[in-house]
Amino acid sequence: MNRILDHPILGKITDRKTIPFQYDGTTYEAYKHETIAAALLANGVRKLRVHEESGTPRGIYCNIGHCMECRVTVNGQANVRACLTVVENDMVVESGKQLPNIVKRMVEQG
Amino acid sequence: MSDVIVIGAGPAGLAGAIASASNGLSVTVLDEFIKPGGRLLGQLHQEPSGEWWNGMKESERLFLEANNLSVDIRCGVSVYNLEKDENLWNVHTNIGTLTARYVLVATGAAEYPVPVPGWTLPGVMSIGAAQVMTNVHRVQVGKKGIIIGANILSFAILNELQLAGINVDRIILPEKNSISGKAGEPEEVLKTLLHAAHLAPSPLMRFGSHFMKNNWLRKMAIHFYPKSGMKVNGTPLQLRIAAVEIVGKEQVEGVKVANTDAAGQVIPGTEVLYEADFVCIAGGLYPLAELAAVAGCPFEYIPELGGHVPCHSETMETPLGGLFVAGNITGIESGKISMAQGTIAGIAIANHAGKVSSTIDQQLQQAVQQVRSVREQATIQFNPEIDKGRSKMKEIWETKFAPLDKEYSHKKIV
Ligand SMILES: Cc1cc2nc3c(=O)[nH]c(=O)nc-3n(C[C@H](O)[C@H](O)[C@H](O)COP(=O)(O)OP(=O)(O)OC[C@H]3O[C@@H](n4cnc5c(N)ncnc54)[C@H](O)[C@@H]3O)c2cc1C
Ligand code: FES
Repeated sequence: MNRILDHPILGKITDRKTIPFQYDGTTYEAYKHETIAAALLANGVRKLRVHEESGTPRGIYCNIGHCMECRVTVNGQANVRACLTVVENDMVVESGKQLPNIVKRMVEQG
Repeated sequence: MSDVIVIGAGPAGLAGAIASASNGLSVTVLDEFIKPGGRLLGQLHQEPSGEWWNGMKESERLFLEANNLSVDIRCGVSVYNLEKDENLWNVHTNIGTLTARYVLVATGAAEYPVPVPGWTLPGVMSIGAAQVMTNVHRVQVGKKGIIIGANILSFAILNELQLAGINVDRIILPEKNSISGKAGEPEEVLKTLLHAAHLAPSPLMRFGSHFMKNNWLRKMAIHFYPKSGMKVNGTPLQLRIAAVEIVGKEQVEGVKVANTDAAGQVIPGTEVLYEADFVCIAGGLYPLAELAAVAGCPFEYIPELGGHVPCHSETMETPLGGLFVAGNITGIESGKISMAQGTIAGIAIANHAGKVSSTIDQQLQQAVQQVRSVREQATIQFNPEIDKGRSKMKEIWETKFAPLDKEYSHKKIV
């Protein structure tokens, strides 16, 4: 776990409860009241989605809700910001996927 | 229905809520983040007096004070539109539409992106993202990082990362181009850093700052600036090295860099790769003002304040009746100033709402004075010409808007 449990000024974290959640089919542990983005990073997961068209990987950028780079699917709801959404018990999170580009295909097919 | 809706639970919004509620108004605060405090939550630095500015503690203090005054604080609520209907403001959010006579927009600031090639790779984040991950979520952003962009915020957050035991390998500049602008020019960067030199953890930089106010010496300093950099708190600050590309397959593996000449131009053939598993991009801050714009508030472009800001008076009212602004939406400054501005806005709202206690004029004057004195003593100043920016806005208000507002002219603060 990549957590900062002991901080010289901010102090120690000792009493946090953990809860399970799923990300792309794997079960991970989150601290209660933490965001999906923080819980995944604490588990070593940086990649949250791929670009809808190109398929290249993306992760958090701003971490405070401004950039929309961290959108994931939460319990079936698409385009949820992982950096603003708190993990809940047994939450099912899925990464954002590549989508077919219908217009491009139409153009290619003439 | 509350009398006042505050958008943003940062220092400005919370202080505004407290001031309005202490003057007898009912207040609802909305914020899309998971807890109240805004960007104050992650702030952590040592004042020259040796005392720590602990944003987490300050946020808790503000939250408790607001809570004791029965302010209704709702987190996880995003506001996406703001419009006036007769005398009421409609605040459209993901949990529905809320209405109030008075709205205080205190949405703070956002970071300028600097799109270095490869910047979309997982592991690349804004410098503020690293601050929040470290001090708010207490999760390590990585094992070895590189900061691209040297400014006061990247220095403050470098220090915070080090405190948390995170290794920052070096600070370098973005490659000079039309987007990075002055942030890619070594001499310009040095000039802005000198204004923050009193905060620089390195005695060498503090010492140097006295001499380098002189243009010629500054040019010499850049010319002879060591390639290996000067150490800031143990981390090399390399003003003559630019990030050419961030590389990696599924996530960051390193940064390709090149030496630059004194003007910041890349010297061909000098490229090398520095390994890293995270990269922070520090492009500076701008006021996050979309909501004031969609509400129809007039704007002015004032570079000293960080960009486009909604027009406002010294008592934080906008030309739109019932709409107030406070904090970084009005110009980029430190958390303490935002708080003091929030207090003004909260009192001004109570004044407009007719909650006229015998002391309200005095409260308002004191609050305006308080902002001035906090500004004079500020240890963190994002723009050294902030006073100029504030004067510009004051003049614009007084010539364009104050004559229209009778209320304002007879209650004018001097
Ligand atoms: C990443 C970052 C790091 C900073 N670090 C420092 C520092 O170390 N020291 C320092 O002095 N200053 C720092 N600042 C400057 C900072 O802006 C001020 O110190 C201060 O926090 C500004 O207060 P505020 O109340 O105006 O806004 P903020 O503190 O930014 O609070 C604004 C709040 O509004 C909320 N919000 C915004 N838009 C919406 C919306 N549409 N719907 C709902 N809620 C919304 C946000 O979630 C946020 O909580 C930093 C700024 C940023 C962006
Ligand atoms: S990381 Fe920017 S919105 Fe979530």
